[in-house]
Amino acid sequence: MITADLTVILPEVLLAVYGLVALLLVAYTGKDKMASALTWLTAGVFVAIAAMIGLGGGGAQSAFGGMFMDDAFARFAKIAFLLAAAAVLVMGQDYMQRRDLLRFEYPILVVYAVVGMMVMVSAADLMVLYMGLELQSLSLYVVAALRRESPKSAEAGMKYFVLGALSSGLLLYGSALAYGFAGTTGFAGIINAASGELGLGLLFALVLIVTGLSFKVSAVPFHMWTPDVYEGAPTPVTAFFATAPKIAAMALLARVLHDAFGAIVPQWQQILVLLSIASMALGAVAAIGQSDIKRLMAYSSIAHMGYALMGLASGTADGVQAMLVYMVIYVAMNIGTFAFIMSMERDGRPVTDISALNLYARAAPGRALAMLVLLFSLAGIPPLVGFFGKLYVLRAAFDAGLTGLVIAGVLASVIGAYYYLRIVYLMYFGAETEQGLDNSRGGILPVVLAASAIAMVVGVINLFGIESAAAFAAQALLN
Amino acid sequence: MTVFAFYLFAVCVLTGGLFTVLSRNPVHSVLWLILAFLSSAGLFVLLGAEFVAMLLIIVYVGAVAVLFLFVVMMLDVDFAALKAEMAKYMPLALLIGVVILMQLVMAVGAWDSAAGASAARQAVAPDGVENTAALGLILYDQYFLLFQLAGLVLLVAMIGAITLTLRHRADVKRQNVLAQMWRDPASAMELKDVKPGQGL
Repeated sequence: MITADLTVILPEVLLAVYGLVALLLVAYTGKDKMASALTWLTAGVFVAIAAMIGLGGGGAQSAFGGMFMDDAFARFAKIAFLLAAAAVLVMGQDYMQRRDLLRFEYPILVVYAVVGMMVMVSAADLMVLYMGLELQSLSLYVVAALRRESPKSAEAGMKYFVLGALSSGLLLYGSALAYGFAGTTGFAGIINAASGELGLGLLFALVLIVTGLSFKVSAVPFHMWTPDVYEGAPTPVTAFFATAPKIAAMALLARVLHDAFGAIVPQWQQILVLLSIASMALGAVAAIGQSDIKRLMAYSSIAHMGYALMGLASGTADGVQAMLVYMVIYVAMNIGTFAFIMSMERDGRPVTDISALNLYARAAPGRALAMLVLLFSLAGIPPLVGFFGKLYVLRAAFDAGLTGLVIAGVLASVIGAYYYLRIVYLMYFGAETEQGLDNSRGGILPVVLAASAIAMVVGVINLFGIESAAAFAAQALLN
Repeated sequence: MTVFAFYLFAVCVLTGGLFTVLSRNPVHSVLWLILAFLSSAGLFVLLGAEFVAMLLIIVYVGAVAVLFLFVVMMLDVDFAALKAEMAKYMPLALLIGVVILMQLVMAVGAWDSAAGASAARQAVAPDGVENTAALGLILYDQYFLLFQLAGLVLLVAMIGAITLTLRHRADVKRQNVLAQMWRDPASAMELKDVKPGQGL
C-alpha cells in the first residue's frame, strides 16, 4: 500500500528530499557563498519536476486512503507554479546578491513553500489542506522578513504572520465545524453529507473556510496585508508572492469549493460574487493614488484576483477553465512586470517610485516598449493576451447568468486601466526630471522582460495551448 | 467518586483559565495556566485517554509553560502600556466579539449533523490495544502523510528561526574550540632560562 502511495506523491517527495540534501550540503560547505549556484540549481530542479509531472500524465490517482489526489487539475496548477517559481528565483538572484540578501536559506525556503503548494492543490482532505497551507505560509512569512536590517521588511513579515495566523485560525474553525457536521474531514465524505439537507453548521463551515482562504488570495475585504507586505518585502520576494502562491491558493479554493462543497454551489456562489466585485472595485480605485510601484502592483493583484474569483463564482467547468487560464496569463504578465521593477535603480540602489519613470522611453526605448506591452496587457486592452484572460472569465460568468458581476467587471477594468496607462504616459510624455534611472544592467532581467512582452503579443494566436490544457484540468475537477 | 473528580478538575480548569486572563502579574498568569493544563490532564485520564494526559503534562507543563515563564520573565514588556493600547480598541472588539458569539450560538443551537456523521466520527481502539498503541497505529499508518508534513512544517520553522535571528558578525572574536584543543606546550610556550640578576 505504501509503495503505491509514494509513487503518487513522488514529485513532492523528490522535491522535499532535494531540499533536505541541499540544506545539509550547503550548510556544511560554502554557506552563503554557494547561494547563487543553489538558486540556479533549485530553479533547474523546479523545471525538472514540472517536466516530470507534465510528461507523467495518467488519470486521477488518489493516495493515503483518499487524503491526497493527483489529477489533471492538480498537475496543471503544479506545473504552472513550479515554472513561475523557477522564473522568479532566476530573476531575483542577481538583485538579491548585489544587496547582500542572497542567503542560502532563501532558495531552500522557496523549495518548501513550493512543496506546501503542491500538497495544497492535491489535497482531498481538510487536514492535508491545512498542513500544505501552513508549510507554504510559514516559508513565505520568513522570506518576507528576509531583509532583517530594514524595519519595513520586518513589518511585512510580522503583518503577514499575524494576519496569516488569524486566517489559519478561521480556516481551522471552519474545518472543525465541517468535521462536526460530516463526521469526516475527507472531501468525499463532506460532499456526501452536504448533498442531503443543508445544515446550518455546514454553512458556517463553508463561510469560515472561504474566509480563511480569501486571506491567502488577498480578496477584498481580506486584503489589508497585501500592500504593506508587497512594499516591505525585497522585490524578488514580492515577485514570488505575486505569482506562484496566488496560483496555488486559487487552485486550492477551486478544489475545496468543487470537491468538498460542490453539492451546494448556490451557497458559495453568492459569497464569491461579493468577494469578486469588492476586489475588482477596490483594486481599481485604490491603486490610483499610489506612488510606489510595488504598492500599485499589490492593488493590481487584488483586482486581478477579483477577476479570477469571477471565473470561480460561475461554478461551472467553463468557469474553472477560465480561472486557470486567467491565472496563468496573470502570472506571465507579472513575471515580466517584476523583471522591469527589479531593474529600476538609481546609483545602484533600487527605486520603486513611479515618478522615477518620467520620460524613461527616451533613455531606454526598448524596455519602455516592453513595459508598455505588459501594462496594456495588465489593463486588458485588446488585442493583447491579458484581454483574452478577462474575456474568458467574463464569458464564463455571463454564461452562468451572473450579468451584474460581468457589468461590474467591465466597469472595474475601465477604471483600472487608468493607473496602468498613467505609467505609460509618464514613460513617454512625462515631465523632465533630474533624477532618471540608471542605464539598466544586462543579464537575465531584460531577457525575461522581453520574453514576457513577446508572449503577450504572440500568445494571441493560440494562447500557447493553455486553453485546452486548462479545459482538461477543469473537467478533471468537476467530473 | 468519578463524578466528584470530574467536577474538581473542571472547576480547576475554569478557575485556572479565568485567572490566567485576569491576574495582573504575568508570572502568576503562567502559573495559573499550568494549573489549567494539569487539571485538563486529569480530565483526559477520566476519559480513559491516559496517553494524551501524559503528553499534556510532559509537553505543555514541562516545556511550553516553562518556556512561557522564561519569555515572560526575560522580555521587558510594558504590560500597562499594552493594556492602555488595548482599551482604545475595546468597544469595537467587544461589539465584534458579541456579534460573532451570537452567530455561533445560533449555529450551535440549531446544530444537526449529517446522517451517519456520528458513526463516521467514532474512532474505537481495537480490543486489547492500549490507547498509546492505537494512537501510534493511526499516526504512523493512516495519517503517515500528515505526520511527515508536520515534520516539514517544523523544519521550516527551524530554518526560519535561524535565518531571522542568527547573525555572523565578523568583528567579534569567537572561541575556536578545535584550535584550543590542538594547542600543545611546544607551540604555545617558550622556555627561557633567566640568569639571576639580569632579566630578559
